[in-house]
This record gives sequence, C-alpha cells and structure tokens, in this order.
Amino acid sequence: MHPAFSVLIFTVTSGAGYGLLAWLGAGQMLGFTQTYTIGLQLTLGVMAMVLITIGLFSSTMHLANPKNAWRSFSRFRTSWLSREAVFAVLLYPIASVYAAAILWQWPMINLWAGLSMAFALIILFTTSMIYASLKTIRQWNTPMVPALFMAYALMSGGLLFVAVSGFFGVLNPQLLIVVMALVVITLALKMVYFFWQGKPTGATIQTATGFSQASVRLLDAGHSAPTFLNREFGYQVAADFLLRLRIVMTFTVFMLPLVLLYWVFNSPEIVEVLVGAWVIMMAGLLLERWLFFAEARHVVRLYQGDQRT
Amino acid sequence: MKLGLVVDLDTCVGCHACATACKQWNTSGTIGPLSDERPHGKDPSGSWLNRIHSYEVGDSPHSKTVNIPMSCMHCETADCVTVCPTGASYKREEDGIVLIDQDKCMGCNLCSWACPYGARELDADSGTMKKCTLCVDRIYDEQLPEAERQPACVLTCPTSSRVFGDFDDPDSQVSKLTRERAGQQLMPELGYNPVNTYLPPRNPKQQDKIEISPMQGVRQLVNRIINR
Repeated sequence: MHPAFSVLIFTVTSGAGYGLLAWLGAGQMLGFTQTYTIGLQLTLGVMAMVLITIGLFSSTMHLANPKNAWRSFSRFRTSWLSREAVFAVLLYPIASVYAAAILWQWPMINLWAGLSMAFALIILFTTSMIYASLKTIRQWNTPMVPALFMAYALMSGGLLFVAVSGFFGVLNPQLLIVVMALVVITLALKMVYFFWQGKPTGATIQTATGFSQASVRLLDAGHSAPTFLNREFGYQVAADFLLRLRIVMTFTVFMLPLVLLYWVFNSPEIVEVLVGAWVIMMAGLLLERWLFFAEARHVVRLYQGDQRT
Repeated sequence: MKLGLVVDLDTCVGCHACATACKQWNTSGTIGPLSDERPHGKDPSGSWLNRIHSYEVGDSPHSKTVNIPMSCMHCETADCVTVCPTGASYKREEDGIVLIDQDKCMGCNLCSWACPYGARELDADSGTMKKCTLCVDRIYDEQLPEAERQPACVLTCPTSSRVFGDFDDPDSQVSKLTRERAGQQLMPELGYNPVNTYLPPRNPKQQDKIEISPMQGVRQLVNRIINR
C-alpha cells in the first residue's frame, strides 16, 4: 500500500492526542492527578486536543474531493470511517465541558473525565477498524491491528503525560513504571505481529485467476504506464531495506524510550530527558506507520503479477 | 434481478476492444468524463473501468495464454459499499448493480482498498471514484433497439466472449453458460460473492498418436544424418 503522508501524520499525532486525553481522564477518575494544579491539567488537555486537531486536519488532506467531507457522517451504521468521523466530532463538546469542569471544579467532573476517556478509546478503535476490516489486505485484517493502535496511543500519550508532569515537577514515579510496562507490552505485541505477518497464507495468483491446478505467470498487465491501481497498491520496497527499517523502528519506538524512562526512574532530577524520549518515540512511530503501509500487500497485486500476498 | 456478465476465457483474444468501447461510452455517460492525465505524453494515465490482463497458464510446452478482462463484479457482498462513509457507493436493490453517486463521493479511496478486483479507480481530475456501471444508461434505454440494450463491452466484443444477463433467471443465457461450462468466480475465498463468472478454457482436443512405419523411421534417420 502506498503510504500517504497525511494519513501517517493523522494516525500518529491524533493517536498520541487521544492517548494523552485517556490518561488525563484516567488520572481524574483514579486520583493520580489530584496533586496537579488546574493550570497543569488544562495544559495537558489542551495539548491533547491540539495534537488531535492537527491529526484530523491532516487526515482531510488525503481526500481528493474534500468539499463532500461533511457527508462522511451519514453512514454511521455500516462504515467504520463514518463512525470515526462522528465520534471524533462528538468528542469536542465533551472535552470542552471537561475543560470547564476542570477550570471551575464542577462536582460532576468525574463523569466528563470518564466520557472523554471513553470517547478517546472508542475513536482509536474505530480508526484501527478502518484498516482491520479490509479483507483484501491480510496484513491488516487481524484483531492485532486495533490492539496495536490502542497500545501505541496509550504508550505515546502516556509518555507525553509523564514528560509534561515531570517538567512541572509533579511526577509520580509509579506512573513511570506503568509507562515502561506499556512500552514492553506494545513491543511484545508488535513482535507477535511481525512473526504472524511472516507466515505465507491467503489468496494467491491461482485463486485470483481461477487456475488452481497450474502455474500462472503474468505476461502483460494491459497498460503501458502505471495506473491508479499501481500507484495505490503496487508500492514496492526492497525486502532487506524493510528489515533494516524494522530494526531502526524497534530502537526508536521501544528501546531508546525504554532506556531513557529507566534512566529517569533511577535519577528523577533529569526528568526533562523524557521530552526527548517522546520526540524520539513519535519519530519512530511515524516510521512504524510508514512500515504498516509499505508492508501491507493488497490482493489486487495478484492481478499485476505477484504470486502471493 | 441479478445482472452481471459472463466472460469466456476460452475465446477471449485479449484485443482490448471491450475496454476501449467502455471508455468511449462511459466518458460521456452518467458518471461524467473519464479523465486522462498526459494523454499524449510519455507515460499516459487515466481512469478505465475495464482492464485486460494476459497470463501464461501451465508450463511450456503445455502452456496457454489466457486473457482475463476485469471490471466490476457487482458482488453480492460488496464491501466497497459497506465501507463508504458518505453513502456515495450503493448497490441497487432491483438489479444488484453497484454504482457511485459522483455528487456524494469525497475521494477517500477506501472503497478501492476494499475491492479485491481493482474495479475502482480514482479520477484524478474530478477527485471522485469511478467504476463500471454495467452501462446502466444503456441497458434500460427504451430509445435503443432491444438488441442494443446491452453494455458497450458486450456489444463490441468481436469473439462474443462477453455475455450480459440476469443470473437470477435459471433460463437466461448467462445462467446456462455458467452451469454448462462450469463458470467460476475469481478469488471466491474472500467471500465477496462476485456475480460475474468466468468460463474456463475448454480442454484441448487430444492429439491422435502418430504411427510411424519402419520404412519412415529409416528415412527420418537418413534425413537427420544428411542435414548434419
């Protein structure tokens, strides 16, 4: 699949935003943000919403005919993309009431914190289901995709949460352990995904052409220059290059931030390091999302000459 | 009604006339122009609703060239319609034709991702998705003589490899052909239940064994020695 840069930015940036919002809501309900000033809570909330908004604006950039984007709220009952759009817009009034509840310390604040967190998680799930529901791309058509998307968001949002908390000097070291655990869990999940993805399975050129008992080779694709289908689905990167990028991705998303988190855990006076860890993780996540697209092989490629997906 | 096409892979010669006729009809049809990019340039590109792929099936010397024209299969379980967030993609209840409302499409590409057959192509000019209409603006047109109320690709096919009809009617030509020639769906394991079926090539006639008399054998041997 061709990695559209606007979609990479969208899923990574707004993912971190929703993760941060989920952490803020959880902090309110579980009580680990009780020592936070109103200003700090609002700062975290506004940061989350800014990240989300940047992502959502970026996502509209890949539309070829954006003047009809408003119609995307209309198929809530069938389309995951429509569900995502509806929940993403509904979150704004809910988050606004939550912000007001923080500012004026309303007694109902736990309700709004909980609703904001629930919507953030629901939106992450709907986004991931856009990919996971496609039977045409076996690398995406797995429950691991929603699990990974939510894990990435909670991990990157959590790291930003502790980084900002640490920057303002109210960091609880136990939260560092939670974030480190999230990094380890997500890493394990990603490794399982990589092993699962390596297994050859699914449609082949035989089932695509109906000649199930013979070898089939493409003689002529039927066009002299690349088509929309080639550009969208025929994205090809050298296998050894992909492998190298996987290693770089594993270090930037998981290993380096984990080392930095552990370092801060042992010597809390250098807590500013966490901001750097978050930047490294976000850059790594962009690479991860690029790989998510570049490694996905659509079945249309079988008609363009691939032997298997 | 369940309208669709039967394509005979035995007689299709891969001439691309169906694709050209399709482009010619539909570029001025209900879904507006099918735009081209750099039509006279080095690498011309554009939206087509029908494309022909040629394959070598089997191993030499027992191989065969098979041409497979691909257009929308008007699937019974059309995921392209399910994923569409704007409601631009829809499947008609009365005849099962899958269409795109050009006025509603926002060009998000998701339906083309959901289609396993590459039937949907984004028009770079209008920014909307284009696909086979089964010539919905022809097949119901009562201004046309009845014999011409068929998709452009079917009418133009020089080897009559394409047949249009109603698969719900067991006595229609498409149903009979599918039944008699074991017509099959492409990539059935994905579960889209495509309506269009493809008739596999007939088995080649068995070659009778050539008997060689002893005298002919000697002559062949001498000829081979002299040629050398």
